Order: sequence, then C-alpha cells, then structure tokens
Amino acid sequence: MKQTGKRRQKRKIISERANRLSPSGIRKFFDLLASIEGVISLGVGEPDYATPWHISEAAVKSLERGYTMYTSNSGILELRQETAKYLEGIYGIKYEPVGEILMTVGVSEALDLAMRAILNPGDEVIIPDPHYVAYPSCVILAGGEPVFVPTSEKESFEVDADDIESRITPKTRAILLGYPANPTGAVMSREKLLAIADVARRHKLMVVSDEIYARLTYGVEHTCFAGLPGMQANTVLLGGFSKAYAMTGWRIGYAVAPRDIIAAMTKIHQYTIMSAPTMAQVAAIEALKSGESSVQEMVEDYNRRRMVIVKGFCDIGLSCFEPKGAFYAFPSIAVTGMTSEEFSEKLLIEERVAAVPGSAFGECGEGYIRCCYATSLADIEEALNRMERFVKKHRK
Amino acid sequence: MLKDILKVLENDAHTTSKQIATMTGASPADVTKTIKQAEKDRIILKYKAVVNWDRIEDEQVWALIEVKVTPEPEAGFDSIAGRIAQFHQVRSLYLASGTYDLLLVVVDKSERLIAEFVSQNLSHIEGVQGTVSHFVLKRYKEDGELLNGGEAVKREPVVL
Repeated sequence: MKQTGKRRQKRKIISERANRLSPSGIRKFFDLLASIEGVISLGVGEPDYATPWHISEAAVKSLERGYTMYTSNSGILELRQETAKYLEGIYGIKYEPVGEILMTVGVSEALDLAMRAILNPGDEVIIPDPHYVAYPSCVILAGGEPVFVPTSEKESFEVDADDIESRITPKTRAILLGYPANPTGAVMSREKLLAIADVARRHKLMVVSDEIYARLTYGVEHTCFAGLPGMQANTVLLGGFSKAYAMTGWRIGYAVAPRDIIAAMTKIHQYTIMSAPTMAQVAAIEALKSGESSVQEMVEDYNRRRMVIVKGFCDIGLSCFEPKGAFYAFPSIAVTGMTSEEFSEKLLIEERVAAVPGSAFGECGEGYIRCCYATSLADIEEALNRMERFVKKHRK
Repeated sequence: MLKDILKVLENDAHTTSKQIATMTGASPADVTKTIKQAEKDRIILKYKAVVNWDRIEDEQVWALIEVKVTPEPEAGFDSIAGRIAQFHQVRSLYLASGTYDLLLVVVDKSERLIAEFVSQNLSHIEGVQGTVSHFVLKRYKEDGELLNGGEAVKREPVVL
C-alpha cells in the first residue's frame, strides 16, 4: 500500500490510524471523470439492473405498514432463519439463526466487524493481491497489519496455499479471502481451497471469506469455504444481497460464524450501527424467499456479456484470462507499455472510456485494468471499438 | 443452443449471428443455421419492433374483446378461433379459462370500425354466443416494455 503521510501535510488533529489509510489512489481519476461528457463507464462495481420489483415492492409495503423502527441487533429473526435455510440449501452448511448469524450494513460492515472482533494490535492478516480495495484498510482500522500474497494471471489469479504458508509468522491471525474476486473475476477451485484449509488448520488461523459474488459464477460451481471439512468452526463467512439480487443501494449483508465470534461482532455492531436498515431487511427476506429465478436470469445475461467482452479484449490485442466469477474482466495492458494509471487516464481523455487501473487493487494489479461488464451490450461493444483504436495507437 | 439463441433474439432481434456466436460460444455458422431452421420450423415467427404509438400522432384504437362460444362437437374451440383469427383487426387471440372462452386483442383505426367488426363480423360467426368489449384507455406496458418508463436511473460512473 502506498503511504501518503509524507506527501500530504495533515493537521495534527487526524489520528495516525486514519492517516495511514491510503486515500483512493485514483482520486485524480475520479475528478477527471466528472469533467468529461459522453463517457462509457466500465468502472462500476455493481449490477446494472434495478432490484427485481417484487423485492422492492416488499419493502414499499413494509413502509406503508409502518415498519420503520429498529430491528433486533442481530436482524429480523425471519431473515436470519431464511438465511440459514438458504445456506443449508445451497451448501449444506447448518447455522443457528439465533447466535450464529448477524445481519449487517452490507458485507462492508460485516468485514469491518470481523476484523475488529478477531484482531489484536499488530496481528497480521494474509490477503491475496490484487484484492478488493477495502481489505487492507479494514485490517489497519482494526489495528492489524495486512500481509500480501501475490497472485498472477499465469495462475488465473488463484492464490496458492504454499505462498500463504510461507508468509505465516507468529503474529499471523487470519487469512482474508475474496472469491469470486473483485477486481480479477477469478474463482478458486475446490482443490486449492482445500489446501488453504489445511494450512489454516495446521497454523490455527481464522479464515474470513468474503463470498459476496458467490452466485455470480459461470460454468463452475462456487465452493463455500465454511463448507470444507472441518472449516465451519474456523471461518467467518460473509455474504450479502448486493450483487446477486442487484441490491447494492439497500446496504444489506450478513456474517455467519461460530457463536463466540458472532457474539463479539454483535457487540461492536450494536454500539456502532444498532441494526441494519429495516426496510432492507424486509426486502432481503423477499429476495431469499422468491428471488431465485431473477438471480438465474441475471447470471445468464452477465454470462453473455462476459463472453463478448473477453473475446473483445483478446481480439483487440489485450490478453485477458477467462474470469469465471463476479462481473469483471481484468485484461493485461502490457502491449502498450503503460502503467495502469497512465492507461486509464489516457483512455478516459482520448477515447472517453472509464476503466479502473489495476494498481488501485494492489501491486499485482499493475499492468491490468478492471472492466466491469455489468453494462449494456451496446456500451460494451462501443467501449471495445474505442479501446481498439486506443490500443492500435499506443501499441509498443 | 437453440434456447440460448432464442433468449438473445427475444430481447433484441437485431443481434447478429456473429454477436450471438460470441455470447454463446458457438460458431457463427452454427448460429445462422440454427436460426434458419427455427424460422423454418415456425419457432421464430417474425422480427418486429415494439412500438409506442402514443408518442406519435396516430389514430389507433385498441380493444380487448371477450367472446363466449359454443364449442363444436368435433373441432372444439379451434375451428371458431381459426375463423376469428383470420380477421386482420385481430392482433392476438387466446383461449382462456374463466367466464368467457376467447380473448381477442383488436386494433383498428377508430372505435366505430371496432364496433362494426364486433356487430357485423364477430357476432355473425356461428357458435359465438356473446361478446363483451373493453376499449383500451391507456397502455402502460407492451410486450415487456414500459411505454413511459421515464428517465433511466443514473449510476455513479466509477464504484470500487
């Protein structure tokens, strides 16, 4: 992570911890973006669907009936029951709705709580690189130290158990996994996860597994880390509704974990958040009860666009490994010889296409850009046309 | 493969074989062949636009007409339905469960013409016992598309 303490003079009033957080490395890029018209954006990290109407309707009805108060700290019992049923149905893992499930303000909050619940000052958390932007910051905020494990395109951005093990120190407390991955779209095979489970077991490490993209896989089946033999007791499983049900703005997610961890997380949650938004919880119940067909329709549609964008990148000379999860493609921009930031900035100025520089997601993201294909097919095709022109011009 | 192709085309009939090939992982030649066969088999009937006629000055009246009929001993409802379907005004025709038998979507240039169709054509068909006509006052959604969907929701251009 880039440290910026030296670069910027800060008022003394700001805590060291807050100062240590890297401001988004691409703030300049955001500002630039706001000043340009007619941009096709592949820069989003959310579905382009509106929430399926029956889900929104459930929330509207609940508002009409006056369900506008706090819920229990852990979340509406029915929602926790539905979540337990869902996890059992899909992975065969059993969680107690009372005591082992906590409804949170998106996975973001769940991740923060998990880190604060398990880390002591100086504890190390191993994180595959590239990684979702919030991971290192959440670890730092909880007083921990992120330790990065490089992954590469050659290995389809899967993290290797040996590489994790070689970074374990007496201070290592946990492994933080996020597969299917933002930004790479990588998924982990069951075999590779089993090897990591073995490492975690031998070194008595917790695994925090952010599986927010679990439902968005293409041609492969997602393996839930907590479902691996013996792993439920050592895993904090984070999940949510944002990506599968197109509910990003509702801010609703959950953590499921052994009782002692959920109890600690719930304590922090009750003092900082109270309870997840009531209407979002009501909507989430509806999503779990009858959202399945919508999920499948959306996945089919993402898959069509995925095929188009991946082939498109390869055709225009940006090599792109096949992302089998989430809704991101992560093409290499090596042929241009530019850095990710340079590429993204020039692409935005010259061709008005927004893509996020891979370096925003860690050192191993350098040389790549993150392109979200959760946007209309017409936009994907136009973006590809513009990028083709751009790559031709800047090819080394 | 056929189902995958149909799903794409049903959403956007403009999609080319080449595009469908990329989306489904099939070869363009196979996609073209499959589509041609589907057209031959009358699985794909036609490629049409979903038009919002309300946006242009156009005299067009829509009516939903419920028809109660006496089924024929041999042909049941099919033969009467077949005759009714021949009329150009009849845009859609369904056999429905409930208090009536056939439901027609009828489109014509004026209410008078639709009234004439009902009184002079439809009611004269043997087996038709009675009709109930509902003139459409406003169309909200056509073939899955909202007619006045309003502006598209704007997303933030970059979200990490």
